Amino acid sequence: MSEVIKNFMYLNRRAPYGTIYAWESLEVVLIGAAFDQQVSLMFIDDGVYQLVKGSDTSQSEMKNFTPTYRTLGDYGVRHMYVDKDSLEQRGLTQDDLIEVAWEDWETEEEVENIVEVVDAAQAAKLLSDSDVVFSF
Amino acid sequence: MSDLYTVNKSPFDKNSLDSCLKFASEGAAILLIEDGVYGAIKGAASEGKVTSAMGDKKVYALGPDLKARGLSEDRVIDGIEIVDYAGFVDLVEANDKVQAWL
Repeated sequence: MSEVIKNFMYLNRRAPYGTIYAWESLEVVLIGAAFDQQVSLMFIDDGVYQLVKGSDTSQSEMKNFTPTYRTLGDYGVRHMYVDKDSLEQRGLTQDDLIEVAWEDWETEEEVENIVEVVDAAQAAKLLSDSDVVFSF
Repeated sequence: MSDLYTVNKSPFDKNSLDSCLKFASEGAAILLIEDGVYGAIKGAASEGKVTSAMGDKKVYALGPDLKARGLSEDRVIDGIEIVDYAGFVDLVEANDKVQAWL
């Protein structure tokens, strides 16, 4: 594996299900994680809808991919950031969002929930500090 | 008789809902489908314009699309009627024509 580890940021700005963006982003995140890179996800604008829990697609003949987000910790995703303003504008709070656990198998370090609500200034810094930003 | 308007875009992503509400005639039926159902949510920034449109228009939201997005019925603005696919067909049948705001 390459010795150069970069900070990859996946920026998600689209609602799930209505378009293919959210699903495609998930696919690419899983690929990136497999290459042992430092992977973080950021959800702003309609992207925050991707993490709303309780999805039930049984009546709409679509694959329910919301449970896949809950496995991201197992794929090495360490941070999932959610923009506070985007949540509030949509009448949502962190209580409406899924929780994603993370564990380092070597050190057994555990984090109960890597989904973190951040303000615009924090988000700006996180994006700026990333080596690569993938936009969806 | 009147028209049925469908809106399938998030009110935060596109201005489809704004334009629909602006140009919809009195007595029109407005059905929120796909990402349009985000416009039916209580406490969102879009709530005010939807409730004011409900003064002289009837607003519906497609239940299966709400469910797919994890939005339970108690999150929907009071007065918006939730319909299923059969209800969608009834609305199409009850109105003169269907106009989609994409």
